[in-house]
Amino acid sequence: MSSISVADPARDQTGTRPTIEERPLFGWLFAIAVACMVAAYVRAVAFTPIEALQGAAQKIYYVHVPAALSAYLSLGIVALMSIVYLWLHDERADRLAESAGEVGLVFLTVVLTTGPLWGKPIWGTWWTWDARLTLTLFLWFLTAGYLVLRGAVEDPAMRARYSAVLGILAALLIPFIHLSVYLFNTLHPKPILLKPDKPSMPSEMLITFFSFFVACTILCIALISARYRYGVERDGLRALESDGGDR
Amino acid sequence: MRPPVLTAAWLVARKDLKIEFRTRTAFLAVLVFAILGVAIFYFAWDSTAVAAIDLAPGVLWVIFTFSGLLSLQRSFGAEQSERALDGLLLSPIDREAIFLGKALANLVFVAGIQLVTIPAVALLYNLPLGRTIVILLAIALLAAVGLVAVGTLFSAMAANTRLAELLLPMLSLPFFVPVVYGAAQATSTLLAGRPTIEAWPFLKLLIAFDLVFLFACTLAFPFTLEE
Repeated sequence: MSSISVADPARDQTGTRPTIEERPLFGWLFAIAVACMVAAYVRAVAFTPIEALQGAAQKIYYVHVPAALSAYLSLGIVALMSIVYLWLHDERADRLAESAGEVGLVFLTVVLTTGPLWGKPIWGTWWTWDARLTLTLFLWFLTAGYLVLRGAVEDPAMRARYSAVLGILAALLIPFIHLSVYLFNTLHPKPILLKPDKPSMPSEMLITFFSFFVACTILCIALISARYRYGVERDGLRALESDGGDR
Repeated sequence: MRPPVLTAAWLVARKDLKIEFRTRTAFLAVLVFAILGVAIFYFAWDSTAVAAIDLAPGVLWVIFTFSGLLSLQRSFGAEQSERALDGLLLSPIDREAIFLGKALANLVFVAGIQLVTIPAVALLYNLPLGRTIVILLAIALLAAVGLVAVGTLFSAMAANTRLAELLLPMLSLPFFVPVVYGAAQATSTLLAGRPTIEAWPFLKLLIAFDLVFLFACTLAFPFTLEE
């Protein structure tokens, strides 16, 4: 996909207008991510042995866990960039937080859809209020709320401050939600919640897992950087528009 | 000269409470909403299958959450008309004091609702309160501090957005989870006649939440205002 062209020859002649470098949104990193993903899928489907107890359903693991790790990576970036923004008031930190928030929501959605698909055949239920499941669900709510908040504030500086405040408070909230669910489960044990310990994996499966992990992480970074570039161009376009509107 | 933060906070709280006392509409409306909610909930369960005493803690805390949201909405929504907030910002007081004052007024409001709703639930659901009412009121107060700290901050933020009424619950409810959970579990432990010590882990959760978020929200509040 190529970028939106905002260069207007008539305007460029004045020389003082902010010009935007034209670069494709999805660069070489995205291409590498897609290639790795395809390779990892082929390996998982065709060249990885089927797990003895869980059968083919266990293969969801290869998508589920790397997606969760990428989601945590993205949300970690949101929290970190929120602090950086309130400290330095740098709009790049805000844009990076915005990009990571959107990508994080995508990966959380992948985790929350693959989870029940795996849970139904193995645990016998689509959903249980287990600590990690509940925490992931609330991370999804918080991230969705974060993006809705961003969409609801017009002024860019105010939007950046509000979302940074929410990003930091959400990071503070996570230990509390975790603690709540932990107390909940220890006081009311339900056998169905007990997830069997992860068996030590044979090397073929481990390699498949790591190839998915690498592919997923590259994809996550590629999506965030593509979304970041989109943010740069969108803000540049808005600056040009408001510049033109003033005259 | 700027007055000390707590004095200034008290002035802001007194202003809000005075407005509320003179109009009285919001308090009565939220109170009726809370009791109405309690009554409606009774019909959502089969009272022959589930004992009212098992139902009550959940009902109580769901109602407090939503009536709390209704009252928090008002807190900064009221300052929007005729840009009253600008006047508040121009006054020579710290911004932290504005937050603490607003939060204090909201706390009085929410605690007032709880003070009427808890006996109403006890009456309607036939709860054997007895001596536990003192601890129950303490739990309610601890929970109210947490709800109000987070809710006041989000009320300030939501009032400036396009989706104010929708955004406040959407932002606040995930933050209310530990509060509602801790308070409801502590309440049901007490109502079941178990020793108070068993409710202690939940009370610790509430106290930790109150301390962390009261501190964090007070520090964060100045960032939500125009610079």
